Amino acid sequence: MADAVTVRLTVNGVEREGRCEPRKLLVDFLREDLGLTGTHVGCEHGICGACTILIDGEAARSCIMLAVQADGAELLTIEGLMRDGKLHPLQEAFREHHGLQCGFCTPGMLMTALDLLRTNPSPTEAEIREGISAVLCRCTGYHGIVRAVEAAARKMR
Amino acid sequence: MSPTGWIGKPVKRVEDARLLTGRGTYIDDHPPVANLHHAAIVRSPHAHARIAGYDLTAALAVDGVVGAVTGEDVLRHTKPFSVGVTAPVHYYCAATDKARFVGEPVAVLVAKTRYIAEDAAELVRVRYEPLPAVVDPERALEPDAPVLHDAVGTNLAGHRRLVYGDPDRAFGEADVVLKERFRFPKYGSTPIETYGVIAAWDSLEGVCTVWSNFMGPFIMHPLTARVLGLPENKLRFIVPPDIGGSFGIKTSIYPYIALIALAARRTGVPVKWIEDRREHLLASSSGTDRVAYRELAAKKDGTILGMRFRWLDNVGGYIRSPEPGCSFRPTGNFVGPYRFRNLEVDASVVMTNKSLTGPNRGYACGHLYFESEGMIDRLADKLGLDPAEVRRRNLIPADAFPYRTPTGGLYDSGDYQAAFEKALELAKYSELRREQARARAAGRYFGIGLALAVDPSVSNMGYVATALDPQFRAKPEYLPKSGAVDSATVKIDPLGRVTAILGTTPQGQGHQTIVSQIVADELGLTPEEITVVDEMDTFTRVWSISSGTYSSRFGSVGTSAVALAARKLKAKLVEYGAHLLGVPKEQLEFRDGAVRPTTGKGPSYSIKDLAGRAHWNTESLPEGMEPGLQATAVFGFTVSKAVDAEDRVNSSNTYGFIAEVMAVEVDPETAAITILRYVTVHDAGTIINPMIAEGQIYGGALHGLGGALYEELVYAEDGQLLTGTFMDYLVPTASEAPTIDIAHVVSPSPLTPLGSKGLGESSSMTVPAVIANAVSDALGPLGIRITELPMTPTRLYELIQKART
Ligand code: FES
Ligand code: FES
Repeated sequence: MADAVTVRLTVNGVEREGRCEPRKLLVDFLREDLGLTGTHVGCEHGICGACTILIDGEAARSCIMLAVQADGAELLTIEGLMRDGKLHPLQEAFREHHGLQCGFCTPGMLMTALDLLRTNPSPTEAEIREGISAVLCRCTGYHGIVRAVEAAARKMR
Repeated sequence: MSPTGWIGKPVKRVEDARLLTGRGTYIDDHPPVANLHHAAIVRSPHAHARIAGYDLTAALAVDGVVGAVTGEDVLRHTKPFSVGVTAPVHYYCAATDKARFVGEPVAVLVAKTRYIAEDAAELVRVRYEPLPAVVDPERALEPDAPVLHDAVGTNLAGHRRLVYGDPDRAFGEADVVLKERFRFPKYGSTPIETYGVIAAWDSLEGVCTVWSNFMGPFIMHPLTARVLGLPENKLRFIVPPDIGGSFGIKTSIYPYIALIALAARRTGVPVKWIEDRREHLLASSSGTDRVAYRELAAKKDGTILGMRFRWLDNVGGYIRSPEPGCSFRPTGNFVGPYRFRNLEVDASVVMTNKSLTGPNRGYACGHLYFESEGMIDRLADKLGLDPAEVRRRNLIPADAFPYRTPTGGLYDSGDYQAAFEKALELAKYSELRREQARARAAGRYFGIGLALAVDPSVSNMGYVATALDPQFRAKPEYLPKSGAVDSATVKIDPLGRVTAILGTTPQGQGHQTIVSQIVADELGLTPEEITVVDEMDTFTRVWSISSGTYSSRFGSVGTSAVALAARKLKAKLVEYGAHLLGVPKEQLEFRDGAVRPTTGKGPSYSIKDLAGRAHWNTESLPEGMEPGLQATAVFGFTVSKAVDAEDRVNSSNTYGFIAEVMAVEVDPETAAITILRYVTVHDAGTIINPMIAEGQIYGGALHGLGGALYEELVYAEDGQLLTGTFMDYLVPTASEAPTIDIAHVVSPSPLTPLGSKGLGESSSMTVPAVIANAVSDALGPLGIRITELPMTPTRLYELIQKART
């Protein structure tokens, strides 16, 4: 076991610090060391997208990154999506359009959709589908999710 | 049915607030006990190998490791699980004498962190003596095939020949006899959340507590208690409030519960194990791959006289309960929606060096309808009839319900014609056929597929005994099995607030929301006013062996228990109100949240009022009335009977119906399949929440599409899994998901208080059939008929190339 190192980063606007082995995955660091269990692990090999968060404003998979690589970065996780006690328009739209069932893919899906709408505020349906194809959902058949992202895009424009 | 109208409304889900904000409670989220340690499982790299010994010296020397469990401990401290066949298959929670599939657990390392446990697991040396492997079920039955279980002496775990009516005569009298061989693939559920188990063994109290995302049926609880040598009231199963999907697979987690419990016992610390995706694809569970030989006998006019099914179901290295449900779960609905009465089923359950199998959304029905609906299209083709017409001529008529099938099923309600015609109409079937003619004339490969299915919900636990010989079942010491029950409690607190408590294990189906709708309707409240608790705990909930959330059962049996509990409580409120008013209870009724005179005139008592009095002043209760305002109901289907001497069994309790039409175009150059139109009509009786119902259909359909087009656990000849990551095991993404036209027909079930049936598996069981039929129709001009899934581009391309040359 290698010696623990200190990792300092900003998560959801709050400066956080933790000590972990250099080999610790970012997602494990978030969940175990920072207690942010909203980010989920579905595959640990970078395909399912459940672990997606925003790092310095861009979507990234926290399961194929080490915590030390995020040292000094600014992170947004699902826990930081609400503002002033109110659901984000994407969260609202997911509820409205039944964009989630078991909710396990949902945090990664929301962060991915957020990233999509940031780079493309008026996506077509095909673009939404392609954008969220970075995240696997086994429950919904994606229908409700696509509708939700469309609705949120309209609201956020 | 619906007194105040919440039932039938697309009420938004209670569950969403927490799940959308990262505050769900899944198994991996919160340590339920202190001093948690972590397990890593050592797995066999061989498909078939004798285990000659273990060397754990290096592993145990790693700093932070607290202990380990090997096959030797498993053999010494646990019993094998009972299996659903009479063959002497010794199935333990880990390999003991031999490893029989790649990924089979052989040891468990327990350490302070998962990272350390994984490090140590790599240092474990197991001495294997590799043996030849077999993965194909037909090859496995050849006399010179390697035998997996010496005690069994063959790879045949079980075999049944079931005969209903007079199939020989039907085939003898037929104008047309058709034969076909089909292959159905081994694919899984792949919920995005994998298995997770936390076990704490208190040796002083003699209690083992297990937290896991196990979904039931809870028959697995007593089975596991026996394996661990614990009285069942000393083994506590707790299921967290949130499970990240299951689709059948989390039934099969129970061997890991035993293994991790053993690890906790041996190491003296609470142990947590979260399966990783590699382990999940390698060794959790999947549906069976099947080789099917089908025969169909019919008259010239298209009337089906009988069928013969010959199946080889591949259950992998051992047979794990509830297998061989792969063969028998649909016994009652073997004939699907058709009238024919003569059937022969020859089912062989075969063990090979593949991972084990179990329920996967549509359990056994995806296989069944892929074959049956394929045969119907072949019949239409043979007779030059429209496939829709052949189906019409064979459907069970609407006035025949309740309908007893030749195999013992009791179809409770339905109007198959109405649903089918609705599907054809929605799809503009005749227009599609004209479009097809134009497309074909232009040299394009355009096809239309149809599929009809009876959608069974709420398994009758008795069906599993179909796997046993009637002579065995006739022995005096044999205990017949039957039943499908669920329970619910509804209680009113001192200030009149209502809580419903369930023992279900929802995996995304929105039970809290649905229950709040039902209770709101029954008690004249709004759904937001009801609190619903559904964290299953075998120590505190009322449960039975069939409890759990599987076989599309909640919409049927769970909702019934809730409605009955609320009604029981209502009756108590009326009785109490009558006592307070000094009038006979017949003069009162419960309406709009209060006990009121039936005449509408005179004083009434609201729930709040009655709750306050009942809790604060028990003297005010009528003599003999139990104090408190709560009611527990256990709902059970009386149509759940044990399998009879003729192998007839009502294998489910409520039966819905699905009618589907799909139009596709196939590009002959790339073998790409484009879905142009997909219509699905469902009859699941009363729909409680159409939004949730629609979500189930979308999810089920895409799961079926995965199995039909993309997903397969592919094994090499030597038993190595070739699709062990999400890079090669292809779960469909949003880009592959089709748009679906969904419609409903409602034939309320006469067996449930709300008229509802289940629909959780829904189109997962029809999509393989409908798309295979559509692609076959598209490629008809090339003489291609699909007999094997998944229709991967490579497979389809080869078929097209071969047909063209
Ligand atoms: S857990 Fe990171 S992509 Fe699947
Ligand atoms: S909601 Fe369950 S995986 Fe997406």
